[in-house]
Amino acid sequence: MSAIEIQGLEKSYKTGFFGNKLKQGLKPLTLSVEEGEVFGCLGPNGAGKTTTLRLLLGLVFPTGGTARILGRDLADIEVKRLIGFLPEQPYFYDHLTALELLDYYARLSGVDPRERRRKVDKALSRVGMADSANTQLRKFSKGMLQRVGIAQAIVHDPTLILLDEPMSGLDPIGRREVRDLVQELNEEGRTIFFSTHILGDAETLCDRVAVLNKGELKGIGVVADLLREVSGDVEVVWSGTQAIPSLSALGARCHATGDVVRAILPERLLEAALDALRRSQARLTSVTPLRATLEDYFLARIQEASSSEVSA
Amino acid sequence: MIGRLSAIAFNTFREAVRDRVLYNLILFAMLIVGASVLFGQISLDINRIVLINLGLTAISLFGIVIAVFIGIGLVSKEIEKRTLYTVLAARPVRRWEFIAGKFLGLVMTLTVNALLMSVGFFAAVLYVSHHLGRPDLQLLTAIYFILLEFVLITALALLFSTFSTPIFSSIFAFAIFAVGTFAEDLRGFAQMATGLTRWVMTGAAYLVPNFAALNVISQVAHDSRIEPRLILLNTLYVIVYTAAVLTASVWIFERRNLK
Repeated sequence: MSAIEIQGLEKSYKTGFFGNKLKQGLKPLTLSVEEGEVFGCLGPNGAGKTTTLRLLLGLVFPTGGTARILGRDLADIEVKRLIGFLPEQPYFYDHLTALELLDYYARLSGVDPRERRRKVDKALSRVGMADSANTQLRKFSKGMLQRVGIAQAIVHDPTLILLDEPMSGLDPIGRREVRDLVQELNEEGRTIFFSTHILGDAETLCDRVAVLNKGELKGIGVVADLLREVSGDVEVVWSGTQAIPSLSALGARCHATGDVVRAILPERLLEAALDALRRSQARLTSVTPLRATLEDYFLARIQEASSSEVSA
Repeated sequence: MIGRLSAIAFNTFREAVRDRVLYNLILFAMLIVGASVLFGQISLDINRIVLINLGLTAISLFGIVIAVFIGIGLVSKEIEKRTLYTVLAARPVRRWEFIAGKFLGLVMTLTVNALLMSVGFFAAVLYVSHHLGRPDLQLLTAIYFILLEFVLITALALLFSTFSTPIFSSIFAFAIFAVGTFAEDLRGFAQMATGLTRWVMTGAAYLVPNFAALNVISQVAHDSRIEPRLILLNTLYVIVYTAAVLTASVWIFERRNLK
């Protein structure tokens, strides 16, 4: 069974003074998230990531398509006991202390009263907020609020956790901690679906990713497979000859340090470059493929979309 | 369901208390003490009438102002601050439960506020009258009607909060309270009209919440008897009207995209 099953889900908003214009927030989207995986939803601002999450959580209503969560229809309110959600830039009832807030959410989730205090304490400890449990939220920094946000998303032991930009507003240490926590939660068997525009985090954490742009799915798959789609560059190092004009003409970026020259060029030009080096009797030191990053893939998909729009 | 409703209601109450809403009690206490001392100089009968009029009107107005200013933000503030997302998105909370919980929470706040004011009010009446007698039980009826007023205005403010901005909601709520205060007069005017105008005016007059029927301050100040029938009718009226307004709130809120 898929944790999330989306079939042609779409959302249009009425705009204009008389509401007579339609703006498509999400074009028909079809994807599934398997149980136990970490799934990343990537895209620039306005890509449709948050709209997708809000549709899944019943905050906005779809104008087309269907979705099922943990095998149940979105309208089934009971499925929400199994979901944890962290909104983007969370803002909570700031008159409450962290302890009271989590207790409130645990009550709403129907956590057994005998278990409630233990679960609240555990959630706060997991995000490193046990010491601030009795402090009112209005005194918290943005990073602390983000941690409390994660704690409220896990306080009721959900099997599916949806996180909207969980790393936003965190310093490098905070980001690392959240990353570790997400991994830990996944190792416990929970499915994680998160949206982000911080690609490094997605690359580290995700089993699979989907790239959205302007409300449309641009690519989906296992991270390693997607990276293979993006042709990487190679680094060629040699000595004995300083500048090889034919290599620069091929588009290589050369940098000389003393007698040693390093050039970075697209993999498809490697043979031509090696021929040029042989002809100039350079001493080849190494050829190293440079690994493509998720950023390369992401930019390639976004650029593809922009160029197809221009040609259209 | 009861657990979720009580959790939302209690949270609303706690928020109001921690946002220092009950500080209005200090102002009320100063008003009542000042009035008692001042009117203590006048003759016994008049000072009692003035004190009852002033005290009950203050209890009513303080509550109405609180009901409107908190009520208009009950839903819109939660949407604006996005606190609503963590409640409705990933908790088994139905939208009607949220509306009902918020409503009950504010009514609870207003009730506690009014009861605390009432204690001060009765102390002031005791101070100027030197004793509390059987006729003073009528005062409890007036306070009960004031509570019914709060229930009605809270439901209306909540209704506006589901679809409008706080500024417009407060204008609507105060306007409808003002018009409702003259509901009996409106019905009188409607009777004087003829033809279609009469039908339209009568319909409009009966649609407006009848706050006039809930105001018996002047009667109790003059020791006029309040008929038990009026207590029953007012109670039924507020129950039915509030249920209709809350149903409309839920109907709107259930269909709203929470962007």
